[in-house]
Amino acid sequence: MASISPYGKRFISYLRREQIKRLLSTRYRVDGRGPEQVRDVEVKVGVVKTADGSAEVRLGRTHVVAGVKVGLGQPFPDAPDEGVLVVSAEVLPHASPYTEVGPPDESAIELARVVDRGIRHCGYVDFKKLAVEGGKAYVLWVDLYVINDDGNLVDAANLAALAALRNTQLPAVVKDETGIKLGRNNKSPLQVEVAKVPVAVSVGKIGGVLLLDPTFEEELSLDGRITFTFSEDRIVALQKSAGHFTQAELETALDLAWRGKERFASALKDVLG
Amino acid sequence: MGKKSPVPLLQNGLRADGRAPDQMREVNMAVGVVSNADGSAVVSYGLTTAVAAVYGPREAHPRHLALPDRGIMRVRYHMAPFSTKDERKSPTPSRREIEISKVLREALEPAVVLEQYPRSRIDVFIEILQADGSTRVASLTAASLALADAGIYMRDLVIGVSVGLVENTVVLDLNGLEDQYGEGDLPVGYMPNLKRFTLLQLDGAWTRDKFLEAIGLAVKGAEYVYQKARDALKNRYMSIAEEIYGR
Repeated sequence: MASISPYGKRFISYLRREQIKRLLSTRYRVDGRGPEQVRDVEVKVGVVKTADGSAEVRLGRTHVVAGVKVGLGQPFPDAPDEGVLVVSAEVLPHASPYTEVGPPDESAIELARVVDRGIRHCGYVDFKKLAVEGGKAYVLWVDLYVINDDGNLVDAANLAALAALRNTQLPAVVKDETGIKLGRNNKSPLQVEVAKVPVAVSVGKIGGVLLLDPTFEEELSLDGRITFTFSEDRIVALQKSAGHFTQAELETALDLAWRGKERFASALKDVLG
Repeated sequence: MGKKSPVPLLQNGLRADGRAPDQMREVNMAVGVVSNADGSAVVSYGLTTAVAAVYGPREAHPRHLALPDRGIMRVRYHMAPFSTKDERKSPTPSRREIEISKVLREALEPAVVLEQYPRSRIDVFIEILQADGSTRVASLTAASLALADAGIYMRDLVIGVSVGLVENTVVLDLNGLEDQYGEGDLPVGYMPNLKRFTLLQLDGAWTRDKFLEAIGLAVKGAEYVYQKARDALKNRYMSIAEEIYGR
């Protein structure tokens, strides 16, 4: 398994790329937005009744469904008194003409791991409360399913994961002669620390202009891309996922992302309560 | 992260291994260590040891990935099963290794003049023989030395260093202990001449000020390692020159 430059698979015509760049130099984007403007965000929870928690996010035309299933398992050896979080992502073959059938590729793995890093250490979920007697622990399986990819999957998938966790009902632990297991008829809500919600904000760079919430077409034209995840006033995760940045650009991107955070946080407000 | 360390990470301004906060571990490098490869290097930051080998430019396979106007790169980061202190690591690439391979490729590509190599592929293979923190950044330095050794056109070297947060102090070049018990980890890839960041990842909890302080320290660390990298490349070619022309 090695990482190969993907340019051969996904491309945009030079003319369209130039058009996007030229328009951006006047601080307009092809869909009429300004560089700092985020598309409409819609978050719905409880969309999948078979899951223990679920949510659906639409960010412009980007559409992500998140489902949480709760299991019982072994805690990690370095954290024996804590529950376990497993985040996976799949970009479905539905999502774009470039997606292939098969196991998650490196971009899907990166997507899942960036979302995971944001949630894992910020205190939004208190993993200490997810330990179960007998050396076992609750396992939170968060699966992110991308149904339509119109760019900025990280920010959308992160919102979906947060909302789905908020929506999650923990099955009670039942003891019988065969040992402990989960009783799915008796559930209680998973407690989350709403004030610590980790919000991911991606910043794209096209021809020296920094912008929020890039579309699919803009992503094919990027000279750089970086995602910041904020919890309260801290940066809890960061991933440069394309191109390069100067130190000045990095600072500008950080401030831009910080301003953009409010837009995503307010979309979550109704869900988090 | 956030768990109690078995030994104090910072005492009287010094770290558990006796280093000052802004001090690298001992850095060693050698270029041309795999004779069959077109370019190669071994880099160690303390105990962490990465070997990189470069093959190419060579014909691009699979052919449908070849580009008419530029080359493509293939990068593999991999840890040997015996490289960690814990149990044997399965040699099957983990999700972590797949992600790191991707971010390393994206960190190297801005430095390589791929337009010089249409329809070709450049392969970079990185193996971690011994891991004690900061493996991805040691890999980055090794990979760019190996690319330079292979005679690949480059805009700059990409130097990798990590910075982290222990006891709310910004420190350079995390070892395994600090990586496990510190409050934050920030691996950085930096091109010292072009002054551009090509690798940036972060976890932990950072204020804006600590983050910017850490970025500044990373640049200093990268400049220090860059001098060593230049020397390692020079040594390699001076020794070849001596072989040919004598002293």
